[in-house]
Amino acid sequence: MRNFVSARARAIPPSGIRRFFDIAQTMEDVISLGVGEPDFVTPWCVCEASIYSIEQGSTAYTSNKGTPQLRGAISRYLDTRFGTRYDAEEEIVVTCGVSEAADIAIRAVVDPGDEVLVAEPSYVSYTPCVSLAGGTPVTVPCRAADEFRLTADALAERITPRTKVLIANFPNNPTGGVMQEADWRGIADLLVDHDLLLISDEVYAELTYDGDHFSPARLPELRDRTITLNGFSKAFAMTGWRIGYLCAPPAITAAALKIHQYVALCAPVMGQIAAYEALRIGEAEKDAMVREYRLRRNLFVDGLNKLGLACHVPKGAFYAFPSVESTGMTDTEFAESLLREQHVAVVPGSVLGPSGAGHVRCAYAVSRDNLKEALSRMGAFLDSVK
Amino acid sequence: MDEKDRILLHLLEENCRTPLSELAVLAEVSEQDAKDRIGRLEAAGAIRRYGAVVDWERAGDGNVAAVIELKVSPERDFGYDRIAERITRFPQVRSLRLMTGIYDLQLLVTGPSMHEIARFVSEQIAPMDRIRETATHIIMKTYKENGTTFAEREEVERLPYSF
Repeated sequence: MRNFVSARARAIPPSGIRRFFDIAQTMEDVISLGVGEPDFVTPWCVCEASIYSIEQGSTAYTSNKGTPQLRGAISRYLDTRFGTRYDAEEEIVVTCGVSEAADIAIRAVVDPGDEVLVAEPSYVSYTPCVSLAGGTPVTVPCRAADEFRLTADALAERITPRTKVLIANFPNNPTGGVMQEADWRGIADLLVDHDLLLISDEVYAELTYDGDHFSPARLPELRDRTITLNGFSKAFAMTGWRIGYLCAPPAITAAALKIHQYVALCAPVMGQIAAYEALRIGEAEKDAMVREYRLRRNLFVDGLNKLGLACHVPKGAFYAFPSVESTGMTDTEFAESLLREQHVAVVPGSVLGPSGAGHVRCAYAVSRDNLKEALSRMGAFLDSVK
Repeated sequence: MDEKDRILLHLLEENCRTPLSELAVLAEVSEQDAKDRIGRLEAAGAIRRYGAVVDWERAGDGNVAAVIELKVSPERDFGYDRIAERITRFPQVRSLRLMTGIYDLQLLVTGPSMHEIARFVSEQIAPMDRIRETATHIIMKTYKENGTTFAEREEVERLPYSF
C-alpha cells in the first residue's frame, strides 16, 4: 500500500514536547507550568447562561459568521475596550477558537510562494498553517534585550519582494512581551512602505498589567491592512468553549468566511451564548482574574530572580520566560531534568522559536500555593545541579 | 486609600498569615511601605481584626447557629441604633445587621444547643422593649462562609502541557 499521508502533512514537524508529555503522564505529583490556559473555571454566570440555553433547546447551527447578538457585542466591546471599530455585519466572523481564526485568516490571504513573516518566539500554530496554505514562513526574532518586542530593524531585515504578511502576537505567548503604540508606529511605517498585511493575534489583550493594551488596528494607516484575532479563552477562562473571532475589512472577512463555512460551518452555539454572556456581565470576574494573574506574576518572577534565573517582568499574558543560561544547560536539558527530578513541567523556549533558546516558558496560571511549591522545587533542582 | 492599600486588604482578608515579605512582593511595594500601610489601615479601623474561617461542623464542634429576624419599633431621635447597640453586647450574637424588607434587624446567633438558642431568644431578646416580633431560623448546613466554599469539589484534570 502506498503512503496515503500527504506531503504537506508529512512536512509538519511533530510537537516539540510530545516526549515531555509522555514523561509527565507517568508521574503523580507534577506541578505543571506547561499549560497555556487559565486554571480558573469559567465564571459561573457564563456557564449558567449556557446551561439554561441548552435546557431551552438552543442546540442548532447558527449563522455561519456567528449569532448577530454575539457579533454586535464583540463590535461594541472592541470599540469601548480597545478603540477599534468593526462592523458587526461585514467585518466580524466568530470562529472555533483563535486557532481556527488564525488558520482561516492565513488561508484567506496567502498564495503559494508568498512569504509570511512570523514574529518569534511564538505560539506554535502560525508557521504550520502558513505552510499548509502553500506559503513560506519566515521568522523574525524578538530578543530578550528588547524585552521581546518586535523591532522595525529586525523586521526590515527579513522583508523581501515576496513578503506579503506579518503575523504577530502581543501580549506574547511565550515571552509575556507587549507592544505599545510607539513600538507599533515603527512597524506600521514598514508595513505601509512594503504594502504588507498584518495578522495581529490579540488573545491575551485583556491580560495586560502595566498600562493598557494597544491594538495596532487603531493606527489609521493599519486599520485596513490588519486582521485582528481575539477570543474568549484567556480573558474569560473559556478555553474549552472554543470561541474566537476574526475582524478585518469586508473583502478579507468575506474571504475568510467562505473558508470558515466549509471548514467549521459555525462555532458551537453553546459557546457563542456563553461568550455573549461573558461580554454582557463577565467583566467584574474577568477583572478579578486579571488582578490575580498580576499577583502571581509578581510572586513568581520575584522568586525566579531570587533563584538566579534571570527573568524580565512580563507585562502581559500569563507566562514568565526566564533565562536558564546561568545553569550551563540548554533549555531542553533544563526542562527535561527539572521534570524528571523535581516533577515541575515547563516548556523549553527553543520549541517556540530560535530566539526562545536558553529560556523556558513557565505559565503562572496556577494557584499561588502551587507557584511557591514550584519555586521551592526549582530551588532544590538548581542546588542539585550546582 | 489607594490601589495598593486595596490589594493589601484583599490579600489579608484572604489569608492574614501571609508573611510581610510576600505581601510586599505581591503588591509591588517595599516591605517597609507594606508595613506602614497595614499599620495605617489597622489604626483607621479598616482592619477590624484578624481571624480564621472555621468550619465548626468539621472541627467536631456541636454548636448550633440560627438566624433571628426581629421587628423593632424605632425610637424617636435614635432610630434602631440604641436597641441594636444593646443587642450587640450579648456574646451569643455573632453578627447583627439592619435590613430593608419586612423585618428590621437580623442576628446570627450561636449556642451549644437548639434549646439554648430558644431560651436566649425567648428570655433575653423577645422581652426587650420595642421588639415587636421575632422569628428564629435554625441553620441546617453551611455551604459557603465569607467567600469560602466548604464542600470539596473534585479537581478537573488538565493537560500537563499545551501551547
